[in-house]
Amino acid sequence: MKLLTLNFLTCAIKTCKTQPASFPLHPRDAELEIVETDMNLPFLKNILPRLMWDELRTITSELGLPDLPPTPPTRSNLVEGGEKDAVAEEEEQEEVVEEPTQTAKDLHRILLETCIKEGKLVCGACGHEYKVMEGVANFLLPGHLV
Amino acid sequence: MSRPEDILPPDLFYNDTESRKYTTSSRIQKIQSTMTHRALSLLSLSTPSLILDIGCGSGLSGEILSRPESEGTPGGPHIWFGSDISSSMLGIALEKEVDGDLFLADAGQGVPFRPGTFDAAISISAIQWLCNAESSEESPAGRLSRFFGGLYSSLRRGGRAVCQFYPKNEDQKKMVSQAAIKAGFGAGLLEDDPGTKNAKTYLVLTVGGGELDGDITGVVRGMDGVDVMDARRRAKGMKRGEERKGSKAWIMRKKEQMERQGKVVKASSKYTGRKRRVQF
Ligand SMILES: C[S@@+](CC[C@H](N)C(=O)[O-])C[C@H]1O[C@@H](n2cnc3c(N)ncnc32)[C@H](O)[C@@H]1O
Ligand SMILES: [Zn+2]
Repeated sequence: MKLLTLNFLTCAIKTCKTQPASFPLHPRDAELEIVETDMNLPFLKNILPRLMWDELRTITSELGLPDLPPTPPTRSNLVEGGEKDAVAEEEEQEEVVEEPTQTAKDLHRILLETCIKEGKLVCGACGHEYKVMEGVANFLLPGHLV
Repeated sequence: MSRPEDILPPDLFYNDTESRKYTTSSRIQKIQSTMTHRALSLLSLSTPSLILDIGCGSGLSGEILSRPESEGTPGGPHIWFGSDISSSMLGIALEKEVDGDLFLADAGQGVPFRPGTFDAAISISAIQWLCNAESSEESPAGRLSRFFGGLYSSLRRGGRAVCQFYPKNEDQKKMVSQAAIKAGFGAGLLEDDPGTKNAKTYLVLTVGGGELDGDITGVVRGMDGVDVMDARRRAKGMKRGEERKGSKAWIMRKKEQMERQGKVVKASSKYTGRKRRVQF
């Protein structure tokens, strides 16, 4: 399971819906692996404003990964020459293929290539543990918790 | 013709043998691929998006979502998460090394993602299973409502979902669409080859607030056999898709806004936004 996914998953238990601590789920006894995949710059640009950056930093630090910067990058930080003014960008139109910056490559590595292979995800509100096996998290709940 | 839904619960029906038979059948591959492309055309995605695939099975649709535009996937390659109740199906998806993240989950228990996660969702040949309650504590209505409620909130404003499913009969078709509308969706039904053995039903769902503003007619306009369903009767002088202040959709949106800001909001229930009658 990609770290991207952990930035969106919440506890599935009904009574946790309204608990802020039910997001993010916290990895425990996690075995990580890197699964290389193609850079998808338009996707990174699309998803960037939807990320919860502080929570991403919490997770990377819990996993013992290098610290992320305290503030999220902007879309223009992701594209080579992205700092140019908007007018110039308008003129260039779609013809140019955008090149990812080092920032984009780092983000790609963290979000899309760093995966939890085995372990548990633990809800900070109710303590429920979701098992992860071969990268697949088990979200089946016993009937009384639905 | 017997329906697998009437024989066994899905996780038992799709055991190792059946899952492999299903996935390796070239006939099934072809049908599922055609329907996935149909669903994608209804989603009209123009850029790589985050997509949820409910009842993803062995990832036949997912493999299509992961392809670039040049290989026929509009807006691709997309990033997707797939959930399914059958571990055998997911096992085959793992063997195939699909790109999406997989979850073992029962759609009838809800959709565990924070509000506004997905650009879009698809579900191919799966949600008719929600109409079968697996135990006496559950009702199909409860399962459908948890599913659509969760799906609605996990989609971003302006997002869309397309669910192709095999309704058992007209009543079931109605029960499923009404459950989606109740959750707040704008809904339309699209039928391919209606009345034939190959009839395919697509439930096209929109979440208001984006470019589309919940207007389903824009999505399905010009297509044959489309039934636009809109339970939310429009008040006089109101534009289609506009929410009335105090309506359920309005309350749900406000609650989500507050939730996103980290505020504690009351859990939504079937009573949310309902008029409380005076009791004597
Ligand atoms: C006909 S298969 C379709 C699989 C895949 N969507 C495809 O097009 O190839 C139906 C799938 O729905 C899944 N399913 C049935 N009930 C479900 C539920 N309550 N939650 C999640 N998945 C479910 C089954 O396990 C099965 O994989
Ligand atoms: Zn919880």
